[in-house]
Amino acid sequence: MEQNINSSGASQSPFRGGGAGAEGFAKRIIPCLDIRDGRTVKGVNFENIRDAGDPVELGAFYAEQGADELVFLDITATVEKRKTLSELVNRIARYINIPFTVGGGVSSIDDASVLLKNGADKVSINSAAFRNPQLINDLAKEFGSQFVVLAIDTRLEDDGEWYVYLNGGRIKTQAKTIDWAKQAVDLGAGEILLTSMNHDGTKQGFALDITSVLSDLLPVPIIASGGGGTMPHFVDVFTKGKADAALAASIFHFKEISIPDLKSYLKEQNIHVRI
Amino acid sequence: MSIDSTIKENRGNIVIVKYNAGNIQSVLYALERIGVNAIVTDNHEEIMAADKVIFPGVGEASSAMNSLKENNLDAVIKELKQPVLGICVGMQLLCTFSEENNTPCLDILHQPVKLFRPEKYSKIKVPQIGWNTLYDLKSPLMEGLAENSYCYFVHSYFVPLNEYTIATTNYVQPYSAAFNKDNFYGVQFHTEKSSVVGERILKNFIEL
Repeated sequence: MEQNINSSGASQSPFRGGGAGAEGFAKRIIPCLDIRDGRTVKGVNFENIRDAGDPVELGAFYAEQGADELVFLDITATVEKRKTLSELVNRIARYINIPFTVGGGVSSIDDASVLLKNGADKVSINSAAFRNPQLINDLAKEFGSQFVVLAIDTRLEDDGEWYVYLNGGRIKTQAKTIDWAKQAVDLGAGEILLTSMNHDGTKQGFALDITSVLSDLLPVPIIASGGGGTMPHFVDVFTKGKADAALAASIFHFKEISIPDLKSYLKEQNIHVRI
Repeated sequence: MSIDSTIKENRGNIVIVKYNAGNIQSVLYALERIGVNAIVTDNHEEIMAADKVIFPGVGEASSAMNSLKENNLDAVIKELKQPVLGICVGMQLLCTFSEENNTPCLDILHQPVKLFRPEKYSKIKVPQIGWNTLYDLKSPLMEGLAENSYCYFVHSYFVPLNEYTIATTNYVQPYSAAFNKDNFYGVQFHTEKSSVVGERILKNFIEL
């Protein structure tokens, strides 16, 4: 052993929330990058990045900072732009040494296959899966459940129920989130990416109740999204929310929270993270 | 995380076995990042003549075995004398038998591949998707890595601990994160997605 690196000290930081038999298993921190025409949108604020609009450069920066995975959401995925996306995915795979998920406009085996061949580790599907649940089953059979992330945009309504929304939150459905998530997992979804529209953008904390309900109910990992604004919010989502992973965008892009600071804080709070 | 995974001695030609494994492009790029040019081929002569062989894998065991058999690659791999690195399902296929669709495998390592069966109360989720620690590290393949280094795992089936285990991970129970028997090495995690730790393991393999 010529050089010691990446010492984690598992003994100092017992894994919480997973019970016996997974002591070294880490909670994941996932920055999300919104992409349009091959460039990141929503803006970023980094002095140490030459070209803040380049998703590969930003993604590589996060990977170096200790992000556990990355999510790239192509918000204007159209047929004409698909080549741009596949080329981008190929560049991400080439330069970034951690896993990444690609979402946006995936509605067929062929769409997913192109992304997989170019190096994506997972695809995220949302509205297309709701309209055609068989898509989940087809993707899971073809590529394995670990490749299929079902994204759900959800809102708590006045009747006290969480409903599924489609098309980036523009269309309400009558489906309850718990029912749809359970159906999707039965069909082969390997992870659920749950975004609370009530919390998204507020920086007031994640939706702890619905996240923990899904985590208890389903045998697959839950990625919580929407509302993370402070480091204690991340502690809450891993403990009270029982999330397996937490996703955020602008707080990382605008350096309100740095990933190394967040992970140190989580470790101090006895949340098991990869440092 | 400071780790030097720059190749100092690139020993000869590196071949990646071409079959229906999903992660070949990612493995190729990971090698490129550490300065290694590999070729991807299913040609028997090219594989046999390689100095090092990488046997990747993502997907389901029986379809992977069928894909190997279609090109008689199963027989070729068993006869290899140079260092061979099986990754994820590639590691599992080096074993005797996989519980995944009851698939007979290459039987180079005489071990079964078993499904994670967590106790219900434990709330441990299957598949394991995420970063977990390696401990009880042995073998030059793990050189330069600290105990409890993290690697990225995605799997539902595992190889039990055995006399050839060179790294252990705990998920549901302790199991083989890596093994080495003769010239055959296997890693359950994805070296190509495990940040600098994975790149270091690839470098160690290339420099064996």
